[in-house]
Amino acid sequence: MKTLFPYLTKPLVLVGGVLALGWLLVAILAPLIAPYDPLQTLQPLTKPMTVGAKGEFFLFGTDMLGRDIFSRLVWGARTVVIYSTLATLTAYAFGLILGLVAGYAGGRTDAVLSFLANVVLSFPVLVLYIVIIVVIGASPVNIVIAVTFSSAPAIFRIVRGITIDIASRDFVKAAITQGESTWRILLVDILPNTTGPLSVDFCLRLGYTAITIGTLGFLGLGLPPPTPDWGGMVNEGRSMAIAFPHLVIFPCIAISSLTLGLSLLADGLREVNDAKERQA
Amino acid sequence: MTQPLLQIRNLSVALPKGADRPFAVHDVSLEVRPAEILCVVGESGSGKSVLTAALMGAAPKGLRVAAGGALMGGRDLLTLSERQWRDIRGKDIGMIFQEPMASLNPALTVARQIEEVFELHSDYSRAERAARARKLVEEMHLPEPDRILKSFPHQLSGGQCQRVVIAMALAMNPKLLIADEPTTALDVTTQAQVLKLIRELRDNHGHGIIFITHDLGVVADIADRIAVMRRGEVVEVGSAKQVLTSPQHDYTRALIAAVPSLVPHDRPSAGTEAPALEVTGLNHCYGVKQVLHDIALSVAPGRVLSIVGESGSGKSTIAKNLIRLTDPTSGTISVAGQAMLDLKGGALRRMRRRIQMIFQDPFGSLNPRRKVGPMIARAAMLSGASRTEAVTRTKELLELVGLQSSAYDRRPAAFSGGQRQRIGIARALAMRPDVLIADESVSALDVSVQAQVLDLLADLQKRLSLAVVFITHDLRVAAQISDEIVVMSQGHVVERGPASQVLTRPQHPYTRDLIEAAPGRGAF
Repeated sequence: MKTLFPYLTKPLVLVGGVLALGWLLVAILAPLIAPYDPLQTLQPLTKPMTVGAKGEFFLFGTDMLGRDIFSRLVWGARTVVIYSTLATLTAYAFGLILGLVAGYAGGRTDAVLSFLANVVLSFPVLVLYIVIIVVIGASPVNIVIAVTFSSAPAIFRIVRGITIDIASRDFVKAAITQGESTWRILLVDILPNTTGPLSVDFCLRLGYTAITIGTLGFLGLGLPPPTPDWGGMVNEGRSMAIAFPHLVIFPCIAISSLTLGLSLLADGLREVNDAKERQA
Repeated sequence: MTQPLLQIRNLSVALPKGADRPFAVHDVSLEVRPAEILCVVGESGSGKSVLTAALMGAAPKGLRVAAGGALMGGRDLLTLSERQWRDIRGKDIGMIFQEPMASLNPALTVARQIEEVFELHSDYSRAERAARARKLVEEMHLPEPDRILKSFPHQLSGGQCQRVVIAMALAMNPKLLIADEPTTALDVTTQAQVLKLIRELRDNHGHGIIFITHDLGVVADIADRIAVMRRGEVVEVGSAKQVLTSPQHDYTRALIAAVPSLVPHDRPSAGTEAPALEVTGLNHCYGVKQVLHDIALSVAPGRVLSIVGESGSGKSTIAKNLIRLTDPTSGTISVAGQAMLDLKGGALRRMRRRIQMIFQDPFGSLNPRRKVGPMIARAAMLSGASRTEAVTRTKELLELVGLQSSAYDRRPAAFSGGQRQRIGIARALAMRPDVLIADESVSALDVSVQAQVLDLLADLQKRLSLAVVFITHDLRVAAQISDEIVVMSQGHVVERGPASQVLTRPQHPYTRDLIEAAPGRGAF
């Protein structure tokens, strides 16, 4: 904490932290913050900051089905936070385990796993998503599966690289000559030494996943309507965006502010890591 | 008396806030005259590298010159702008660094790199540049100048690269040469040649040379005057003879006393005990290249065998084979009568504890994320101790290697290089091994720390009756610790015998070369 503190006071990192934590809070407290039911039809296509016929106040206006955009954004935050965290975590579970194994074992195991990872990575990401979702259908679980499948190989490559580096250090050789078992070397000697760079990547990837979920929603491959979903909201408002820009502007701001926050936070983490490494 | 080339006056370089001392270099005044080699000696953290960096106008980020000046030809170097510096570097001041490979551009030929210096600082024609480059290469005593000029750095040896770097530094015939540990990365025989070359430069061309080093042997071979630095201050300065033979400051005396002597102690001759480690017919090939040829070794309990050799001699490959990080192509290794190379899986893991290694790099050999106590205790438990036994043994070992019991709950980052090496020793001993391999285990340490760690090893080895294989490039260290010495060259054992015999009556020409080349042979 002592080493973290000076970086938290840096303006950009602070902004990042406030943005990311702010959205997390919004997601947790959605029922308290959202003034209306996100699915309820109130009054179609009102502009932002207007008062409705029954005295409702529409902070960000309403969409063509008369749903309150502010409430949908707040509930949408919950969707994004839950699914991007879940998807990133499962991608990490696969990438981490396979990366450690490939990097440490080397040889044929590494060759096979790296080949498979490269095959997946060689597909354009978007095409990959579309193919997966079209084949297995759009549902929350399937989105997690699609994101896992497409980002695990990238995580795999990072973990593999770090593992190869750490496995060549003398303390790993020392563990081998002590007769330590392979799985313990992986868990005790290698894994804890990967957390620095990986925490930065995790933070960034969380942001990318939020974008991905937004993109899928925009393409109509995201969560089935009427679930409040930022990408889906942009898609629905797209055709009327010239007449009613508020339909797309607010969800766009939501997506970019969350991603920006996570990126800034990742930068801060990187600085903390660098400083730690200089000390050691 | 000739006018000094460079006068450093009350130079101080400030460290950033929060460092362990306010100044990296504090109130240093020194002079260099033409045709003189001034050696700046100090251990790590003495500020000698910061001093040179400041003199080259390249003080590391975060450090600034707080006071003083460095006068050269009527100009204060420390007030120059970056533009003015670019003009002076290479032309008035030549620089040589520690890592020759890193100082050269891997993508350009030697000829191209030397000619570039002329392009920057002169208006010689193309033909003249080439002619001068060739002449420089010849002056450096490089073999086959034409081939060298056409070569890329990776096609040359370390010593050849360093001579190319020196050629580049000398291209514009600068009056002053600053050399920062220029021979530290080289083998002893190559080092001897480069030192000879540097002496020639002083004698034939009258260069003033500032030579930074940690190695008092090198100093004894080359210095006209010596400045001893400690914690940023010059504690003693004087003529080489004066400083080396009648040092005034306690620190200088301690430094000189810590230089291991080339004369081995008298050792009892080998007994008839069964060897703890026996190696026969060891061959090792990397692809088609054979790096070990029919190596045979044998060490009895309580004895120390040193394997001495230069880089590429195969000594580290032997170490890796002994601890079975890599398997030899053929041969046998047995520890306490048990053949090691046939073992696999669980049986191998159980046998591993009997042969333990102390590594070279004190910073890479300890897991930075683990606390020292549990790390050592884990080793004890792997050798079969119960948890409580392991903790007791760890505490005993920490005391045995001279660390405080508070070390138990600290991580490696809290310790210095010498302390980390002690932790590495404790970890190896926690397994109660029969054989201890020390692969250049004191090479990365300062000379005073080196002496302490060597004493510790010698003491433990006697007390615990360990068989030790001590791998080193440093004949002095080998002289101090070994009962027997094996000299290796290019994968072959060229000479073996009791330490006193090998060092005082060497039989093989290579051994004689090695002893000849040991720096400071006349002085210590």
